[in-house]
This record gives sequence, structure tokens and C-alpha cells, in this order.
Amino acid sequence: MFPTEFAYHRATSVQDAIAFLGANPDAKVLAGGHSLIPAMKLRLAAPGALVDIGRIESLHAIDVRPDGAKIGAMATYNDIRDNAGIARIYPILPEAIAEIGDAQVRERGTFGGSLAHADPAADLTAVFLALNGEIAVTGPNGDRTIKADDLFVDLWTTTLETDEIITSVILPAPPASNGMGYEKHAHPASGYAVVGIAAVLGFSADKTCESARIAVTGATSKATRLTGVEQALTGQKLTAELVSSAAGQASDGLDINGDLYASEEYRAHLVNVLTRRVLTSAAGL
Amino acid sequence: MTTTSELPETAPETRYIGKPIKRREDPRLMTGQGSFLDDIRLPGMSYAEVVRSPYAHANIKMIDTGAAKSMPGVLGVFTGDDFMDINPLPCAWQAGKVTNNVNTPRVLAVDKVCQVGDPVAVVVAETPYQARDAAAAVDVDYEELPAVTDAKATTADGAPQLHENAPNNIVLTWECGTDADSVDAALKAADVHVTEEIRNQRLIPTAIETRGSIGRYDPGTDEYTLWETSQCPHVHRLLLAAFVMNIPEHKLRVIAPDIGGGFGQKIFLYWDMPLVLALAKKVGRPVKYVEDRSSNYLTATHGRDHVTDVEIGATNDGHITALKVKTWANLGAYLSTIAPGIPTTLYGRMVAGCYKIPNIHVDVVATYSNTAMVDAYRGAGRPEAAYLVERVCDLVAHATGVDPAEVRRRNFIQPEDFPYDTGVGMLPYDSGNYEQAFDRALEQVGYKELRAEQQRRRRNSDPKLLGIGLSSYVEVCGVAPSKWIGLPGEGWGAGLWESANVRVHLTGKIVATTGSLPHGQGHETSFSQLVAEELGVPIEDVEIQHGDTAGTPFGFGTYGSRSLAVGGIAMYKSLQKVKEKARRIAAHMLEASPEDIVWENGKAHVKGSPEQAKTLGEIALQASVAYDLPDGMEPYLDETTYYDPPNCTFPFGTHVCVVEIDRETGEIALRRYVAVDDVGNVVNPLIVDGQLHGGIAQGLSQALYEGAVYAENGELLTGTMNDYAMPRASMVPTYELDRTVTPSPTNPMGVKGAGEAGTIAATPAVANAVLDALRPFGIENLDMPLTPPKVWAAMHHAAGAAQAAD
Repeated sequence: MFPTEFAYHRATSVQDAIAFLGANPDAKVLAGGHSLIPAMKLRLAAPGALVDIGRIESLHAIDVRPDGAKIGAMATYNDIRDNAGIARIYPILPEAIAEIGDAQVRERGTFGGSLAHADPAADLTAVFLALNGEIAVTGPNGDRTIKADDLFVDLWTTTLETDEIITSVILPAPPASNGMGYEKHAHPASGYAVVGIAAVLGFSADKTCESARIAVTGATSKATRLTGVEQALTGQKLTAELVSSAAGQASDGLDINGDLYASEEYRAHLVNVLTRRVLTSAAGL
Repeated sequence: MTTTSELPETAPETRYIGKPIKRREDPRLMTGQGSFLDDIRLPGMSYAEVVRSPYAHANIKMIDTGAAKSMPGVLGVFTGDDFMDINPLPCAWQAGKVTNNVNTPRVLAVDKVCQVGDPVAVVVAETPYQARDAAAAVDVDYEELPAVTDAKATTADGAPQLHENAPNNIVLTWECGTDADSVDAALKAADVHVTEEIRNQRLIPTAIETRGSIGRYDPGTDEYTLWETSQCPHVHRLLLAAFVMNIPEHKLRVIAPDIGGGFGQKIFLYWDMPLVLALAKKVGRPVKYVEDRSSNYLTATHGRDHVTDVEIGATNDGHITALKVKTWANLGAYLSTIAPGIPTTLYGRMVAGCYKIPNIHVDVVATYSNTAMVDAYRGAGRPEAAYLVERVCDLVAHATGVDPAEVRRRNFIQPEDFPYDTGVGMLPYDSGNYEQAFDRALEQVGYKELRAEQQRRRRNSDPKLLGIGLSSYVEVCGVAPSKWIGLPGEGWGAGLWESANVRVHLTGKIVATTGSLPHGQGHETSFSQLVAEELGVPIEDVEIQHGDTAGTPFGFGTYGSRSLAVGGIAMYKSLQKVKEKARRIAAHMLEASPEDIVWENGKAHVKGSPEQAKTLGEIALQASVAYDLPDGMEPYLDETTYYDPPNCTFPFGTHVCVVEIDRETGEIALRRYVAVDDVGNVVNPLIVDGQLHGGIAQGLSQALYEGAVYAENGELLTGTMNDYAMPRASMVPTYELDRTVTPSPTNPMGVKGAGEAGTIAATPAVANAVLDALRPFGIENLDMPLTPPKVWAAMHHAAGAAQAAD
């Protein structure tokens, strides 16, 4: 397949990339390229220029500390999966990454790229919400951070400005006693989430659920927290009955989409079932 | 393995035949050393891109090519009016003895388009990028017309009409079997009467390599050369020269380079083939056209797409007494090269399957619709027939309460019945032992234990529903006998023999050509095994050539699992001729009588004197230097055979699939897959197993994943692999394969064919397993693909029945 003509710029630094974006309003940022390049090949996207941030060394670092982790925006899925510190503290990440696309996608695709693209059926968008992360962003006016809850707006739409670049994904330390997990029903063709549910639960010493962040992807126009379920669990000692009853309401109030593969009805049902399953597992029930 | 015939088995004493030799072509093909169509770069190459209709049905009001012509790198922009001297493509296989309302594509659509993607203009440019940019600048004004896409709905009164000569969009109506009145009477007399609508959904073949062609014209010699992704280059040369372009056949050379899979889609003649030849002459440069995947999905042929109303009569103890079949076969916007032959000869005449059914009547209505053309796709008619009759067996089981295994057993054609005439106009089945393969499959899978487990789980309302699916199939392979397929009854109107030439060169090295055309089947290995075995030479001394009309005798190509059973036998016969001549030369060299010469360990010697042996190399040298040959003998060992078999071959077997369905989500896990196939004698078991693996993957993928879907306006909704689900390694189970061996009496090697068996058998095995799991819900039938959402919806909406069953 043959894209339309475009200019290519390999950025040497974040500042260089931002300057290029400023000078080329129809330019797009190229990270792993696993969403943008296919769209260009189909001529669904026709940016006049690409600025490749893949060779900016600082964007690849993964730094895991007691108070949290900082994952460079260009860290690939496999980089993250293979990081021992990540696997120990945030096991939901390797678990969810194993469900992304195929081996080639996991080798090239990046955490930052996935969040910036905001595909409504991506996997790590929901995980990012459940982990209560934020992104560090650099633009012509300097640096800022965007909290997970403030990032996703709609299909492929975020609060990121077109001349801003994600530099890293920042994850707070999870609660000392926690349970987390990701459950997904994959589309048989695309491999994207028909429904994916990410959950991170925090427990007190007496096993009371002190915090719950649960997010859905695939079912709605953007990754969305299931606040009703979170509230139903918080402050409770989790039992199978409680989890089941809370999860049974998971899809309530969501604006669920339907498509050729799965109806709204089926997706809503999956939201409830997968929520129950991921909570049952995360709570060790 | 079990041998069920008195015919000699080619087992222990062979050097090559029957051995699992790794494919000789794989190192080349798997390390990027192959030469596929898009690898070919000719000096001065230019690139074509077509402008495609966005509408499924529209009149073309105006085409403005002005802007495109002035784009950078553009060598020419043309529309259909520029090619009115090229005939529409031929429909080479029309249904026999009935009227076929034929409409075939032109190189570019003129006045009207009938499917999304119909090419209406073409750009030739210096680069493929420039060609695409300029194609986007061609301005076409359409008047959109209403569209129709469904096989059955297209024949309704008031449906949009595609072609003036095809009222109600009917291509043809055709029938076979016992007369309809007798079948009606048998249905009426039956203890049990079942009706069902069975849909065999549309599939997109999806070979790893898409289609394409390169045209070159040499004004000095007035010769055309066409490189094409083809399963049958000789046939294409004939059709293009004689029927499409009106050029002398000897002024056209057609070359099929390495081909990355075809599954039938590359049998057919397509519009781009004459187009690139005509363009090459117009622009004075070689012209390449290669489809991208989206274009392949839009306008290369699709497969299947049948809607069938079936009425079944059976006795209370599960004997099937009558089958009345009416099938609407959607052939798409135009007729592809052999489209009408598929739902008639290759489907209608195979609906009896492995069973003795005394009364069968089949009506076929082939239809046009605003969709991609439908033609042969791996199995071609036989998968549709096998799916129908295997669903019928399970429907009979449900209606009578007889176990599905027992229904099959009670209806099987028995070994002593062969050759067996099913009464629907197929040639007699050559040989078989259906029950033996069936028993072996049931034993391997542990059928009784599985049924017990199923009962246990159902009683306990287990969260996983267990389903066991059976599929016994017979297929017709090695389709050839010219006196059958060529006579007016079947409508093909030409031969289907195959050629082979064997030359033993002066140094004893062997070049053999075949008219069949490998595109994944491994001919270069299995045909080499055959040559090396028969002539007693190392396999390294053998080269198999194919694919170039300039270098090989005419052949009909590869499809219908015919390469070995027809092309291989042609090779075998040429080898016998070589051996016979070599025997006479050896006798001359050894001063003996030819009758006293024996071949042993690849050498010829006088009976009883092995120490005085002559190798094939020594004999070839003698034949080539030629100064001391028997009187009157021509020099050289060079023999050609055109082989036309007396019958088709009929491989068979039983596949069993075991699934577990998640009650809550409808998700389906493939727990076991057991296949016992009988493809006759086997030349290379590794290749046969590989063919079965691939075939089963495709077959089960139809049951669970694949399905082309059109919107009402004719837009292809599954136009990319993001929406059309191809099976991945993680989506298929581990296959447990076994074989029985019932040699075909049709040919001297006893071979049958293995290319399509898996595809034919797997779809009903998997579908029956899913529906078997859903029995407690009272669900009789669901349309494929059986996706989790569909299975869940069926369970969910039948929940009341489920509770009753629990």
C-alpha cells in the first residue's frame, strides 16, 4: 500500500520535535507507528510530515522507584513487559500487554503512542486509568502533566494539544496491599478489546477494600472508569456476593457501542461478566 | 495406518515415495530468495493503478481524466472506451444443458458499475505512488442505483436488476437427482420430516500474496509476455489469446512465477491481465499492476455464499430416505471464469456425501448481486455440500433421538458398494471404507467417554458446555475425465487432462516439466520424489519445471486437488516410458534381451548378473552420444505424456471436533480436533499433513471466525483484516491426525488428492460441535460464523428452554 507523499524528520531532541511541529502544522508525531502508518497506507491519514521521536534516547527510559514509576513515552510494550521492577509492582502491565495485538505490535508499539492515539478499544488506556497514572507533556509553552482522568475526551481525542509531545507516563506506587488485573474479550480480526476491564484494588490490613479504580475499554467511545462499581466496593470487605452484585451494575449508565461483531447488549453483558471476573481474581476470592 | 486393499502398498522398499521429506522449495521461499510477482523489476517498468467505483450499483455519467493526465510522472490515463477492441472475459464453465444468462467483466467498466470497486479508469505512471496520486485525481460522475446483495433476496420481484439479459438476477436454474415428485412422495412417506434453512456464508480467500500482473509488449516481434499470479498459465494464455484479445496464441507467453497461495482465487482470468498487456502496447513500457489487500477484498473472487432450503425425510431409526434441496448460489456482480460449474457439478452432484440416500432432488438457482464475484474457493462446491449433508445428519439425529454417530453409521455407503453411483449425476465413487475411518476417529477421540462427560456436565449445569461435532466427508478430486467434464452434460466443454515431460540429460541429470502449477502444494518436492524413486537417482539430480508456457507442454494447472492424481500420473507414465527406453538401451549395452533386464537399486542389469549393472547416467550418456544405439532408435531419453484419467478420485474421512463453550459469555474453546483422512496412497506424508493442517484451519475458520458482510447499499463492511477475521496460530487447536489408506483403483499410483480435504471436513465438524453443545437450549441451527456474541445471544434468548433442560 502506498501513502501520499510526506516529509520525514528524525527529531534529535524533544525540543527539536516540538519546533518541527510548530513549523509544520500538518505534521504528526511518529512513535511506534502501529496505528498511524496503517492509516497512512490506507490513505485514511495523510499528514504532510512525520516527526519521528524514536531516536530520542531520554524517551526510552523506564525508572521504577518505591514512590512510583516513570516510563518513557517511547518504551515499547515489550520493554515494559520485560522490566522486572514493573512486573513486580505493576503486574497488570505485563498481563495486559500480553493481550495487545501480536508479537510485532508489541515489539514496536509504545505506551505513549497508545495513550496519545486514544483508540477506544486500546488496552493500556484502561490500565492507565486504573493505575491512576498521569502523563508528562512538553509543548512550546513548557512542561505540564495531565492526569489519567483528564486525558481522554472521545474517540481518538485527548486533551493533548497538537504541538505537545508525551515524554513519559508516570505511575504512582500502588497501595501497599493490592490486587490488580485485566480481563479482555478480543475481537477475532483486529485483536482489539471488544471489552477490556482493568482493576486496581487497595486493601487495608484487615482486608477492607480502601480504594478501587476500575476502567473499561472497548465498550464505549473512550476508556472510562466504572465509578459505580468502585463506590460499591470502597470501604467494604469483599465477598463473592458483593463483587457479583457490584459487577452486575457495571454497565449501567454507560453509553455502550455496538458494531458488526458484537451488539450493545452483548458488550454490556461482557462488561458485567468481565468486571466480576477481574474483581474476583484481583480480590483473591 | 490401515490398508484396506489388495493393491500393493508403496511402503518399506521405497527410497523416496512415502517418505516425509522436507520441502525442497522452502529454504528458497522462506528466506526471501523466491521470485514472486512483485519482486519482478523489468527495465523501464511502469505502474498501473485503477480508479474504482465507490458505489455498488451506478450508471457512469462522465469520467474526466484531464487533471490526472497532467499529474507528475503520468504516462497515460484510460477509460473503458479505450479498450472496446478487447472482449469481455469469457465464462469458460457454464452449467450444462441449461440456459446461462452470461455477463462477464470488461477490462474496465463501461457505462455502468455493478459492485463497489469496479474499475472504471486506469492510470499508468512512473511510480506506484504517482499512479495512486493521479488515480485519486480522476473525476467520475455517477448516478447511484439501488443495490441488492443477498443470494435469495436478489431474485425477489422488485429487486434492483443488474443485467438486462438476466431477469430477476437469475444466472441459471439447474437441477439434478431423482425427479422432484418422487422425492416429494418419499418425504411424505417418511416417519420424520425436518426442514431447515442452511446458510453457507461468503468467504474471502485471502492468500498471503494478493493478485497482480505484469504486461510487456515487444514491437520488434509483435510478442506479448504476461507475468501473472496464476494457478493455470497455459489456460490463461489460451483464453486471453483466442477469446479476449484476438492475438495469435504463439505471440503470447504467460509466466507464473512463485505464487504465494491461491486457494482457487488465482484460477480465474481477471480484467487486469489483458489490461496490462494492452497498456504495455499503448505506453510502450512494461506495466505492472499489483492489488493491495483492500482491492483484493473488493474485487478478487470470494467463495461459498449459498442459502439452502432443505427438506429431510428419515425413518424413526435414523435412515435418511429423502433429501430435497433448493440452493440459491450468489455468484456476485458478474460471472467469473468457472463460477457456474461450482454450485452445479461440484456442489449439486456431491450432496449425497458418504451416504446411501435413495431419493435426492437438488434445485440450484445461481444469482447475480451487487457483490464481488464468487467462484471456486478451496473445496469449491464440496465444502458447501459436505456442510449441508453433515448438518442434515445432526438434524436427523435430533429429530429421531438417534445418536449422531449412529445416524452416520446407519447411512454409510459400504466397502462392497464401490464403485458407487449416488444417483445425482456424479461419476461413481471409486473406492472407500467410510466406516473404518469413522471408527478410528471415534476411538481416537474417545467418543463414548465424551458423551458420558457431556451428560454429566449437563446434569450438573457445568459452566462449560461440552460439544462433540462429527463430520464424515467424501470429496471429488482429480477432476479430469475429459469425456465426462468436457461433454455438454457438465458444460465445461474442454478437456482436463494433464501433461508431463521428462528429459534425462547427457550427464544423467533430470529436468521434468508439469502442466500443473504449485502455489504452496510442494510439487517441487513430491514430483521430485516420484522421479527419483522411479528412475533410481538421488533427488538432488531432479529439477521440476513449471509455470512458463514457453518451457512446458500445455497443462490445465492446479486446483481441485488434481496435481498428483492427474499431473502426477502423467509424470509417472512419462517415467515408465523413459524406463522402457532405458531398458532397451541397457539391453543393447549388455548384449541381452530387453525382457531380461531388471531395474534394481536404480540400476539396470541382466537378471542374475547384478555386478554388470548400468546406471541411468551411463544409459543417458549412451542415449545422447547416440553412436551405438539399437537399430532405429531415436537418440535421447525424452518422453512426454498427456494423461486423461478414466475417473475422478474420491478421498474421504471423518473429523471430530470437541468444543467447550462458556455458558456466560458464549466464548468457544477448541479442546480437541481429531482427523482421520484417507487420501489413497501418500507420496509425502509431511506435505499431506501440512495440507490437512492448513485446510482444517481454513475450514474451522469458516465455522468460527470468517464471514464477508455487505451493507444494504453494497458496501463491503469487512473490507480489511481489521474486520475480516483470519485465523491466527492462537485461534486454532493442535490437530491429531491419522490416516487410513484405501488406494484409488483409478490410477496406477493409487493416489487420490489431499489439498482440500481439511477445508471440506472441518467446517461441519466445528459447527456441529458448537450446535451439539447448545442442544440443551433447543437450538437447532445457527448461521456461521459461530461467534461468541451470536452463541451468547442464542443461549440468552433461549434461556427459558435451557432452564427446562437443566
